[in-house]
Amino acid sequence: MTKQEIEKNVELIREISGCDPYKCMRCGKCSGSCPSFNEMDIKPHQFASYIINGNVEELVSSKSLWKCLSCFACIERCPRNVEPGKLIDAARQLVERERGGDHLQAEDIPELLNEDVPQQLLVSAYRRYRR
Amino acid sequence: MQRIGVFVCHCGSNIAATVDVKKVVELVRYEPGVVFADDYMYMCSEAGQEKIIEAIKENKLTGLVICSCSPRMHEKTFRACAEKAGLNPYMVEIANIREQCSWIHKDREEATEKAVILARAAIAKVNLNTPLQEGESPVIKRALVIGGGIAGIQTALDIADAGYPVDIVEREPSIGGRMSQFDKTFPTLDCASCILTPKMVEVNQHPNITLYTYSEVEGVAGYVGNFEVQIKKKARSVDMAACTGCGECQAKCPLGKMGKIPSEFDRGLKNRPAIYMPFAQAVPAVPVIDRENCTYFKTGKCGVCAKICPSKAINYEQEDEIVTEKYGAIVVATGFDIINLDKYGEYAYNESPDVITSIELERLMNAAGPTGGHLERMSDHKQPKDIVFIQCVGSRCDDEKGKPYCSKVCCMYTAKHAMLIKDHWPDTNVTVFYIDVRTPGKNFDEFYRRAVEQYHVNYIKGQVGKVIPQPDGSLMVQGVDLLDNKQIMKKTDMVVLAAAIEPNKGVRKIATMLTASIDNNDFLTEAHAKLRPVESPTAGIFLSGMAQGPKDIPETVSQAGAAAVKVVGLLAKDKLKTNPCTAKCDPMFCNGCSTCANVCPYGAITYEDQLVRGPGVNETRRVAIVNNALCQGCGACTTACPSGAMDLQGFSNRQITTEVDAICQ
Repeated sequence: MTKQEIEKNVELIREISGCDPYKCMRCGKCSGSCPSFNEMDIKPHQFASYIINGNVEELVSSKSLWKCLSCFACIERCPRNVEPGKLIDAARQLVERERGGDHLQAEDIPELLNEDVPQQLLVSAYRRYRR
Repeated sequence: MQRIGVFVCHCGSNIAATVDVKKVVELVRYEPGVVFADDYMYMCSEAGQEKIIEAIKENKLTGLVICSCSPRMHEKTFRACAEKAGLNPYMVEIANIREQCSWIHKDREEATEKAVILARAAIAKVNLNTPLQEGESPVIKRALVIGGGIAGIQTALDIADAGYPVDIVEREPSIGGRMSQFDKTFPTLDCASCILTPKMVEVNQHPNITLYTYSEVEGVAGYVGNFEVQIKKKARSVDMAACTGCGECQAKCPLGKMGKIPSEFDRGLKNRPAIYMPFAQAVPAVPVIDRENCTYFKTGKCGVCAKICPSKAINYEQEDEIVTEKYGAIVVATGFDIINLDKYGEYAYNESPDVITSIELERLMNAAGPTGGHLERMSDHKQPKDIVFIQCVGSRCDDEKGKPYCSKVCCMYTAKHAMLIKDHWPDTNVTVFYIDVRTPGKNFDEFYRRAVEQYHVNYIKGQVGKVIPQPDGSLMVQGVDLLDNKQIMKKTDMVVLAAAIEPNKGVRKIATMLTASIDNNDFLTEAHAKLRPVESPTAGIFLSGMAQGPKDIPETVSQAGAAAVKVVGLLAKDKLKTNPCTAKCDPMFCNGCSTCANVCPYGAITYEDQLVRGPGVNETRRVAIVNNALCQGCGACTTACPSGAMDLQGFSNRQITTEVDAICQ
């Protein structure tokens, strides 16, 4: 990736996730919560620094990308609202978008919405199980 | 026409780096009224002030405009300087070209233009300034300290030792506050009550100190040097003069054995009777009846305490009493509490009795505590063999997740707890999960290192994600070791949470009554974060202890002393100069509508019938009168007045509109 591509991707991840990786204080509560920790090569508490340092390429090609269960434990417990689960989900979307693999048509989504189910869970579940 | 001198300060490079000071001087020189303009490196320095004095004398100046830093910084300085040269100090205006110009702009040309505009506005104002005279108000030589913890105790003792009478108002039945709940204190590990109790006794016996325990501040009126405070003494139901503190009533109260009322002092780890002293060394050593729980007050039956009291001190008929007292100064020392942990379900605090807060651990380790100082699990009363401490619970959080600040004391008290446990029960396994260990302070880092090196406390950099109570009664802790990049699953017997501290809930009400400002976290705000750290922006209100921000005992005691000195400095004066920038009513326009009195936060406005004479007017009518001693010059009445009769001296409507005109030129 060129420097510009990296910057674009970092910006895209921040935009999709709505999270500010600079808020991370590296307390590790996400990694202390993550049920997939042992399966991951890049650990949840490292997601923010990978994005800050522009190491998006490593992040999107990591095992962690597909090992995150979207259980939301890290999102729920993150004391600084960095929400690593949203960051990694945004990185997944980068990959999906590149593949042109939006399995859901945008216009289908309103039909599928259920107020009791977190929207992000719905989207990530679809993406995972239809792969 | 005024003869105005304009002085532009470089403030080293603070202003000069962004504003072309010489150009400002050249451009303002021809403003109406200006007869002299000059610049200098540091206007506030002695040489700078000499320059001003000289210019006033040589050019017969009648008004000054100083283009410099914020008036909060040096208005006083320059007013005094003008006074030295024989000018009325209220003929000085400051154009703030530092905080509001050079510091916030990057472009030199634009900043210079703005500096000129700000100077022009100040010049326009000075043209309309009139000399104002400061009044005088007397100082009542008595101080009030709100809160009887270590901060309040130390402040009161220092003021009393200087020879001034002090009253302490404490909400609880005894003084002593949080510190009286502690077991040992860092970094020297002396026992908290051994160093606190003598001070509590000293307070009680000091001829200059009056104690109002089980009492609350109900209302505050007045102003610096002259506050009038209403104190509600809640009915103790025990005659303080008759009671000898023998403790018979507590021992015999039937509710004591039934164990229904959790002891506040023991953080609910123990129960107490309905008639009780919070702890054995309570000052005063007089119990109170908790009327909400007492059987006699609920049903009219029982009365055991009255029957057995050897000195007939029980008085069920006692009523709340309001005492009104006058004070020259008030110190707020309302202290802290720890946050509610309901939000942090992952730590299972509400699920397991073996997950406790640090302050509960203090009680469990205290020889006078619920277990007599024997550390045990609240679930099965067994001694824990493995203990996990979790740091930063609710501290250093993003806004809605908790408190944004570092609670400052947790790293040190956790090291203390860890060491004390290892010292008493060396075979206990102690683990501390931390984000950072913060130990700035004399002998603090050495203290923490001792926990690691001498006592082999296991410090792990990383946070705990979840605490899971197990069917066998143990606790599973899931956390991370960031330095080893490993997730940890650890079985333990007890978890101790370093819960964030927060200002005492009551402080909001008190701050409102005192018109003392508080910040987003409800900590009291200082008049200046660096240069006036123990004073509230509200004159006559002083700050002591945790109410102002997180701090440990050594710092609290230092701050208490500092607040006491400020109070003594105020009480030592016989008279105070009053601010002449007060509201003034023009009876010609006033129709006595009462709008101004309704908006006045200081109760400074009254009405009287006055003979009003003028062109076409000759009648007696109701007009507003401003009490200059009470008026703080906030200007609320001037904006509220529908007929434009109210005006603020020194900030008249005409002066302000002229300033606006000058800016919009």
